[in-house]
Amino acid sequence: MDFPDELKYTEEHEWIAIEADIATIGISDFAQSQLGDIVFVELPEVGDELEAGKPCGVVESVKAVSDIYSPLSGEVVEINEELPDAPETLNTSPYEDGWMIKIRLSNPQELDDLLDADSYQELIKED
Amino acid sequence: MKKTPLNAAHRQLNARMVDFGGWEMPVQYSGVIAEHQAVRTTAGLFDVSHMGEIDVSGSSAQEFLQYVTTNDLTRLTNGKIQYTALCYGHGGVVDDLTLYRFTAEHFMLCVNAANIAKDLDWLQSLASSGNYADLRITNDSDNYGLLALQGPQAQTILAPLTPVHLDELTYYHCSPGTVAGIDLLISRTGYTGEDGFELYCPADATTALWQALLETGKPHGLIPCGLGARDTLRLEKGYALYGHEISADILPLEARLGWITKLAKGNFVGRAALLKARELGIPRQLIGLKLTVPGVPRQGCPVLCDGRAVGFVTSGTSSPTLKQGIALALVDTQAATSGHSWQIEIRQSAKDAEKITLPFV
Repeated sequence: MDFPDELKYTEEHEWIAIEADIATIGISDFAQSQLGDIVFVELPEVGDELEAGKPCGVVESVKAVSDIYSPLSGEVVEINEELPDAPETLNTSPYEDGWMIKIRLSNPQELDDLLDADSYQELIKED
Repeated sequence: MKKTPLNAAHRQLNARMVDFGGWEMPVQYSGVIAEHQAVRTTAGLFDVSHMGEIDVSGSSAQEFLQYVTTNDLTRLTNGKIQYTALCYGHGGVVDDLTLYRFTAEHFMLCVNAANIAKDLDWLQSLASSGNYADLRITNDSDNYGLLALQGPQAQTILAPLTPVHLDELTYYHCSPGTVAGIDLLISRTGYTGEDGFELYCPADATTALWQALLETGKPHGLIPCGLGARDTLRLEKGYALYGHEISADILPLEARLGWITKLAKGNFVGRAALLKARELGIPRQLIGLKLTVPGVPRQGCPVLCDGRAVGFVTSGTSSPTLKQGIALALVDTQAATSGHSWQIEIRQSAKDAEKITLPFV
């Protein structure tokens, strides 16, 4: 399994890429592997205000439903519109083609709560 | 948790193990969709050793079983199998099962894993309340391993491993024989809608049989398959599953099981209640719904017809073949017969669906 060093992670198995005040968010390689074949994705809409720690979308595999929790607060500025039509992209390319949403951060201090790649790998080892 | 004889073999294959009715079972190996496609196009091998085997024998065995099951046992000849059910007096279902006739005085019931103890208690209570001379009911579940080899390549894979003439072993028939040198029972049955076999072997030979089949089948595309694919395969074919479409609270006549409920065969447990229900009108019907928008229906989701709540989803999934959400749903008979527009409510959002004639695939 792959956990790029340049990304941040959460205990809920999302990854975050920060560029200026925009955060790109997706689910980790571990998350997609645990879910299995992903068959449905529900994303928030552009303009939605997200609150850190609150559900903002849904990912479903054949067997299971999983909420996506927004790791950070902010306004949705872009969503991966191809994803709902090709949810399997989350399995095949979780960190690139499978990105889910981009948000404009409203509380950059929340970045301090995110995990780096090493801490995240420690966390999933315990699972 | 209970374990099948293949527990170590599953772990070696990196299967994802889950608790299934108190049994630690593989839900998937390579992935539900890949395993599903293998069964539809080549072949898959399932460990279903958790299923229960109950042996019923004696000179009154046939009379007893004819009274406690819904289907007509007298239609069976030696070596023939029948899908049937046990009903309560009120008409709800104790369990659904396959019934094997070896001789007129020797039968085997293959029952759902979670119901083994309940079924045994039920059968024994009925046996003791009647006057059945020379009747023996034995739980053989721990003595058997059970593998299901399913898919269009199943016969090609099994043939070189057995002297039994598989061409002559037709659907819902069984034969004793050897496979890979192991004495077992070959049954031409399954729960996937594809051709295939279920092999009842001695528990301590299960691993050897599993390995032999996987090895022989590999060049033909055979892969191990878990309960995840077993569920999507049966659901695409509209097959009922205990705990979903089948329960004490659902009549077999509601669950599309009228074909195994032979009300004209004579008296049997539950018959009076079922006759009465038929006279009053069967209140609900099991139907097939297919989402016309993205989404995955799940058990318990409310079903709307022409804007009105009419029932609920009993089983739902994303069909790997259709790549659409599909569901079996128990709905008011009136809606089932004359309803127009259908919706399934998923997470408080009503998703458009269409009613389809089963099976889905």
